[in-house]
Amino acid sequence: MSKVYIALQDNDESRYIVEAIEESNPDATVIHMPAMIRIEQENRLVIERKVVEEKMGRDWDVQELHINLITLGGNVDEDDDQFVLEWKQ
Amino acid sequence: MAAKKLNIKDKYRLLTRDLDWDFSYEDPKKAFPYEEFEGIKITDWNKWEDPFRLTMDSYWKYQAEKEKKLYAILDAFSQNNGHLNVVDPRYVNAVKIFLTGVSPLEYQAYQGFAHVGRQFSGVGARVACQMQSLDELRHVQTQIHAMSHYNKFFDGFQEFSHMHDRVWYLSVPRSFFTDARSAGPFEFMIAIGFSFEYVLTNLLFVPFMSGAAHNGDMATVTFGFSAQSDEARHMTLGLEVIKFLLEQHEDNVPIVQKWIDKWFWRGTRLLTIVAMMMDYMLPNKVMSWKEAWEVYFEEAGGALFKDLARYGITMPKYADVIEKEKEHISHQAWWTFYTHGHAAGFHTWIPSDQELDWLSEKYPDTFDKYYRPMWELAKEQEAKGERFYTSGLPQLCQTCQIPMLFTEMDNPNQNSMRDTVFDGERYHFCSDGCCDIFKDEPEKYVQAWLPVHQIFQGNCGGPDVGDILSDYYRMNVGVDNMDIKDSPDEQRWNKWKGVA
Amino acid sequence: MTIEIKTATLEPVRNTFAHIERRFGDKPATRYQEATYDVASEVNFHYRPLWQPEFELNDTGRTAIVMEDWYAFKDPRQFYYGTYVQMRAKQQEVAESNYSFFEKRDLARLIPEEIQKKVIRLLIPLRHVEQAANLNNVYGSSLGYGTAITQALLYNGMDRLGNAQYLSRIGLILDGNSSDSLAEAKRYWMDDAIWQGVRAYCEANICVEDWFESFVAQDVVLDALIYELVYLQFDQWLADNGGQDISMLTEFIQNWNKDTNRWVDSVVKVAAAESDANKQQLEQWISHWKGKAVEALAPLADEMLDAEALSNAVAAMDKRLNKAGLFK
Repeated sequence: MSKVYIALQDNDESRYIVEAIEESNPDATVIHMPAMIRIEQENRLVIERKVVEEKMGRDWDVQELHINLITLGGNVDEDDDQFVLEWKQ
Repeated sequence: MAAKKLNIKDKYRLLTRDLDWDFSYEDPKKAFPYEEFEGIKITDWNKWEDPFRLTMDSYWKYQAEKEKKLYAILDAFSQNNGHLNVVDPRYVNAVKIFLTGVSPLEYQAYQGFAHVGRQFSGVGARVACQMQSLDELRHVQTQIHAMSHYNKFFDGFQEFSHMHDRVWYLSVPRSFFTDARSAGPFEFMIAIGFSFEYVLTNLLFVPFMSGAAHNGDMATVTFGFSAQSDEARHMTLGLEVIKFLLEQHEDNVPIVQKWIDKWFWRGTRLLTIVAMMMDYMLPNKVMSWKEAWEVYFEEAGGALFKDLARYGITMPKYADVIEKEKEHISHQAWWTFYTHGHAAGFHTWIPSDQELDWLSEKYPDTFDKYYRPMWELAKEQEAKGERFYTSGLPQLCQTCQIPMLFTEMDNPNQNSMRDTVFDGERYHFCSDGCCDIFKDEPEKYVQAWLPVHQIFQGNCGGPDVGDILSDYYRMNVGVDNMDIKDSPDEQRWNKWKGVA
Repeated sequence: MTIEIKTATLEPVRNTFAHIERRFGDKPATRYQEATYDVASEVNFHYRPLWQPEFELNDTGRTAIVMEDWYAFKDPRQFYYGTYVQMRAKQQEVAESNYSFFEKRDLARLIPEEIQKKVIRLLIPLRHVEQAANLNNVYGSSLGYGTAITQALLYNGMDRLGNAQYLSRIGLILDGNSSDSLAEAKRYWMDDAIWQGVRAYCEANICVEDWFESFVAQDVVLDALIYELVYLQFDQWLADNGGQDISMLTEFIQNWNKDTNRWVDSVVKVAAAESDANKQQLEQWISHWKGKAVEALAPLADEMLDAEALSNAVAAMDKRLNKAGLFK
């Protein structure tokens, strides 16, 4: 088992995304660092469009994630409904 | 008629992948001539999985949004004299290294990805590389614009482009990238797309940028994180490339492994300068180089290689040496620059007592034993008014071009030197890693434009080192370099801050 | 009073980078200048490219065009990355609202069947021409010399991918996202006699080695003719024959052409003004590719409009070339 991770710029939009990530991944660890937020979890992490939309109260395109993204680790699978990070070991 | 909804994958396939066609009137090998000479076997480009599926309209939309935000902050930064908010003028020297050493690499990345973005015959890979090329152009330009303000108030930025092509320590990053660009298209992708982008740039753009924020540098953290938002796409491309090559043909595995071994070693050597920036040039500390290395290389890279194990790929060669080096290289590099501070394009200094204590705490196994005594000695000499500069020119490693400053990792009192003979001539190296890389492609590495050799051969003007620094390198000697103490940078800073 | 003292002590040490100052004097520089001039490396490349050992990585010798200063190719639009993407983002926003207006009101149903067929046969296959243009411009960007022209070539290359995608979306709108029209248009591109000349031209240009020649064959010759023929004349014909709403979907490409033509013309003008040798080289390339292009486009122009249409397009191109200082 290894950790996948994602880091976002620390800004208002990211706060909703982080909230959504926490809801979709109850075991994820959230680490606050200067100007950035890092979220990690064993093996797999998912960001769901529906949950982000709920938090933001507006339509949200999964590709908008890239605006605030800093880095990630893991294989990416992105479609209309979700953004998944995963190690396949 | 009610149109059916296209999902993002189908849409991307139709709008991008479907644009190519099979040639009837020309030989496609003439259109894509560089795909075979490296020995990589591609049996079916259609198996390429698009790492991200941005069409140009979305690309413009999202990137414009990022640019709007970024330039709003840069404008505010310069209008409000944001340079006054950095914690300490010493910090700005890290930014000088960035502009002279890193930004021109972004330019080379733009050129390299444009090249592969034209040369791959698979449209999916090609378009992904083209977008990365455009992003890299963005990075060099936003970096120049961000640092344009610092250039107006500090010395050492003004000749970044001229210096990058010539100065001794800048030939390290420069030759790293020209090495990759001069290689074939697939090696370039493993070198830059995979090794560098997926693993190594994180160490520069994540902990260092977080450090910039922590040191009051709004401009740098803003371009850094904004650039990094493109990097997530680049990392995904890097990982897709390697999986694709490994899945295409089993004969590709040993070739890819050899490139991984080479480029991880080249990359860790290159990052020596980032190690030094993190440990010595950030007055407010975020994490030590060693800690950053553990998070972004050992943990993240480890997970990655576990993932690649199913293809028969193993950890890069010399991973064991690399693991030991995290304890040493930042100290060895800063000491080298401190003692060659008259020939650098930025200022150097002795760490404060508080910083020495921090280093002792972060490097309990090595700092007090090997490095603190050197700084205590330097402090004594400085107190006597005898600030020390080395007079000689260092010997450079034929491969990584770093001065022979590294020690054996099991015996830090012993300098690490290797050599080999090629075509009747002896060549010198800093390590087994660099020596092996040379032995595999000696015809390439004998071409290295080693700055110190070039000086001795009279190709950089002279005769004195001072002439070379001012005429060939276009450094403002005694202004851009030497100790931060009493430098014009420091004097101006004190005036701005009302310090006597 | 304190404010005054502060501003006095905060005088900048210099206005801009040294290489910008050498070119433009000691004064504040524009973002275009700082992002463009003398950014590309010129010396000490260390290793010859394995893929072209006869050249340095950055080498002026990859084209027959010779320039004293490759930064003479100032982009009249002064596009650096930031201004480029922001301009295109604005244009795509308009395009997006056009496309969604068209889709929402299902304007396709108002376009006569035979006009739709004509669009699929004569307009949609141009997505492959745009794809060729993408390759040719990125080629120039990767092997060209000096940021002034190479960055503009990359922007152009990416624009062409964008154009190809907009053209593809016209097909998807007409076929209700079944993609049948794209498949049909590709069959025309591959097999229909009226397209074979253009396809052969595109394939030949993709194989051209001299990057400046490739730029000439694509951006200067073929694009000029297609712009006049398709995006002006055929567009007018569509408007007169019940297909006027298609214009909403090609508006992006039309506007794009206007801004790009300004850049293309300035590149030709600057290169031609540099020397007689350049001028002759350009005229030779243009004559060669123009001959091929006119031949290739003739059956397409006939099918689209009439024989006069092509000669009108050629006349418009000749006028532009003349203005840029060629053939006179």
